[in-house]
Amino acid sequence: MEYMMRHRCDSAASVPQLTNSPTLIVMVGLPARGKTYISKKLSRYLNWIGVPTKVFNLGQYRREAVQSYKNFEFFRPDNEEAMQIRRACATNALKDVVIYFSKEHGQVAVFDATNTTRERRISIVSFSKEKGYKVFFVESICDDPDIIAQNITEVKVSSPDYVNCDKDEAQADFLKRIECYKQTYVPLDDEKDRHLSYIKIFNVGSRYLVNRVQDHIQSRIVYYLMNIHVTPRSIFLSRHGESELNLLGRIGGDSALSPRGHKYATALGGFIKGQHIKDLKVWTSHMKRTIQTAEHLGIPYEQWKALNEIDAGVCEELTYEDIQENHPEEFALRDQDKYRYRYPKGESYEDLVHRLEPVIMELERQENVLVVCHQAVMRCLLAYLLDKTADELPYLKCPLHTVLKLTPVAYGCRVEHICLNIEAVNTHRERPGNVDITRNPEEALKTIPDHF
Amino acid sequence: MLVLYCPQGASVPQFTNSPTLIVMVGLPARGKTYISKKLTRYLNWIGVPTKVFNLGQYRREVQSYKSFEFFRPDNEEAMQIRKACASNALKDVVIYFSKEHGQVAVFDATNTTRERRVSIVSFAKEKGYKVFFVESICDDPDIIAQNIADVKVSSPDYLNCDKEEALADFLKRIECYKQTYVPLDDEKDRRLSYIKIFNVGSRYLVNCVQDHIQSRIVYYLMNIHVTPRSIYLSRHGESNMNLLGRIGGDSGLSPRGHKYATALGTFIKSQHIKDLKVWTSHMKRTIQTAEHLGIPYEQWKALNEIDAGVCEEMTYEEIQDNHPEEFALRDQDKYRYRYPKGESYEDLVHRLEPVIMELERQENVLVVCHQAVMRCLLAYLLDKTADELPYLKCPLHTALKLTPVAYGCKVEHVFLNIEAVNTHRERPGVSFTKHVHLLQAQYKIIKCIIDSQYASVASDVVWHSVKVAQHVVNQTFSQAILTLGCRINDHT
Repeated sequence: MEYMMRHRCDSAASVPQLTNSPTLIVMVGLPARGKTYISKKLSRYLNWIGVPTKVFNLGQYRREAVQSYKNFEFFRPDNEEAMQIRRACATNALKDVVIYFSKEHGQVAVFDATNTTRERRISIVSFSKEKGYKVFFVESICDDPDIIAQNITEVKVSSPDYVNCDKDEAQADFLKRIECYKQTYVPLDDEKDRHLSYIKIFNVGSRYLVNRVQDHIQSRIVYYLMNIHVTPRSIFLSRHGESELNLLGRIGGDSALSPRGHKYATALGGFIKGQHIKDLKVWTSHMKRTIQTAEHLGIPYEQWKALNEIDAGVCEELTYEDIQENHPEEFALRDQDKYRYRYPKGESYEDLVHRLEPVIMELERQENVLVVCHQAVMRCLLAYLLDKTADELPYLKCPLHTVLKLTPVAYGCRVEHICLNIEAVNTHRERPGNVDITRNPEEALKTIPDHF
Repeated sequence: MLVLYCPQGASVPQFTNSPTLIVMVGLPARGKTYISKKLTRYLNWIGVPTKVFNLGQYRREVQSYKSFEFFRPDNEEAMQIRKACASNALKDVVIYFSKEHGQVAVFDATNTTRERRVSIVSFAKEKGYKVFFVESICDDPDIIAQNIADVKVSSPDYLNCDKEEALADFLKRIECYKQTYVPLDDEKDRRLSYIKIFNVGSRYLVNCVQDHIQSRIVYYLMNIHVTPRSIYLSRHGESNMNLLGRIGGDSGLSPRGHKYATALGTFIKSQHIKDLKVWTSHMKRTIQTAEHLGIPYEQWKALNEIDAGVCEEMTYEEIQDNHPEEFALRDQDKYRYRYPKGESYEDLVHRLEPVIMELERQENVLVVCHQAVMRCLLAYLLDKTADELPYLKCPLHTALKLTPVAYGCKVEHVFLNIEAVNTHRERPGVSFTKHVHLLQAQYKIIKCIIDSQYASVASDVVWHSVKVAQHVVNQTFSQAILTLGCRINDHT
């Protein structure tokens, strides 16, 4: 029977085919208001949940057009020559947006620029209307001088524009740059812009004004933006201690910790205490091995079913050798597309990502958190935090008995690997060379880790 | 050291700590009660015990309504009564939180003066409750007129009035409130946590969201709408597994199932529904059903039937034979019971939350799903408790048309006249579980005796007797379970 399904969403639940028009997110705001921070973070989130998104940063286009930045005078509103260049850059950026949508299967483009004048915004809206794109504005308004100074120090002073300046010079010039923009800045207006779709973010999130959310993706974007914060904190990721099934090279199941696993849990407790973390939240899955690990920490912990390991369906509790023997085709198919491959009666990494979305949302809301989870789950969380692609995700290295400490810094995340020096088996299986379903067992089993 | 164990599913970690008092703000006929009830329904469904405290009801208990004069700001006597009612309502909130395990209380009243709000905030601070304001601001006279026609004119206050009288009086009532109405202020109230909803959702102002539950509430409020629409729920057509009395699995439709799908297609066409969206699960039987409709459909993995784990594709008799204890445990708490390596209804609800959220955003939708899934969706739409949910009747070959009306939902059952097996298993009677326990104990004793007495004897005859005895014990036990207090559907 010919399937009429035009909108098959192979991905799980919460991202039904968003269909139709691509969306152009337009950032608005003076320099140092967090536009690039928001653009990058939002893109990272959307890509992770399966919505192809790309940032188009006008500053980069400008840097390519005007090879070397001299000083703030470039941004003076009366600098006609510069104005031409800036307009041309904006046009080029939007041309690239068109290519991204029409030829590269993009679904959301984030136009990261100040877009501080009404004229500029009007021209973007007409451009989008003509192309059939939806437009959603994200305006960041901040008048707290401390926050602005902090932003400038963190990301502006080290920008390519100020490569040959010392900190104070850079700071002074940047402040003058902001003044140039202020002269012509017209924020989105309650009355005049009431037909536009937008969110205004005040003072890094204490307050939001949301106008005319048009569809599902805009609603998700608003929800996400309202949950993120910039308070310094660290996220600790760890797998459970080595389990009995780990020792036997068996996947899945719900076994207890091995003696070495218990040792790790104790060491983890010692490490955590040594970090003197303020108000640490600890999360585990519903499975014995993470719970037993958390028990050693002496801190209250919350259990999330969503943090359970990937369900290997018919392959639960099998060794890779068993899988090769009993399901050789499935084994090969998995190697061909490990992200999308779904175990029969089980899950795929893609399913896992969708399952984990509420965890990520809550992780964004929280401050210091330790997540005690599982290999596949940790790969998904790590991919989100470190902006890894769906291709890389299933092969990220998450060894047992190693804690990752992730600290947001500038536009990304600093990662510290802390191996707690308790021996454990290796559970990482690299992608083998031959992924054909006709391959022989030796080729399939080439990369499996040792076990008892 | 497990202090924060959350046995329920993922997305509702233990909210712990302070209960939350949601305080509605707004002139009459701005949708406060509508929002209160809907929000409460949603929170209860996702597992957060929530209750509405409607000040109008407290007032009606104390005073029978004569006219708008009761609400005049200079009516001292009435003011006293109204203040007393508010106190009583807040007293009940305290009881709800401290003695009834409530987590969220929605104080549904106008709360239009700064004084009233200030006193509520101090009350909450003193008790250790978090406060979140929801203000509904609307100046569109058409919307207000519609609200009044929908729910005010038929209110208990206007029992003996005709429509015009009621309308006129109510408008004067609104005027009384307008005189002293002070909306939440951007500057003065900047430390309060609130959401302002403008004109039924075209615009929102969100201030100082404190925690997870407030963030979820804001997300929910920003996704609901009042545009008239209908939601159609249907199970897939009868499947081959249904015919065999087997649960779960991923089988195709039976011939009657295909007939139903065609009939469903005809029914849908006859409804002339504008822009109908059709959703199915990833399972063959819903997809095959949707195929007959001739409309594009979207597949949601979240709409897949409850995973029965080790019991997948078994008949109830087989479950009884192979997992008798599990079978009984399920009957004891069908909502929370999780099949080994499978799911519970509670898990299902959490899995379906994004579907519900998108259902709220959408307009006309037909959801083709499964028995347990449909029960969960129906429980949300019709405000059924976790107790009732697993026993809601969702027969095959019947479409439900749900149309939001006033504060609830109108339901039309449309049976499309194609025969199908019955897959509904009633809640067993109270005495049933006692019988089960008794029988289980007896069964174990008898089995022990048989096993021990004849374990070492090799004679064929004796073994045969043992087998027969065991079979009889098994049969009796199975029969008892199957027939005592629960109906099992006929199947081939």
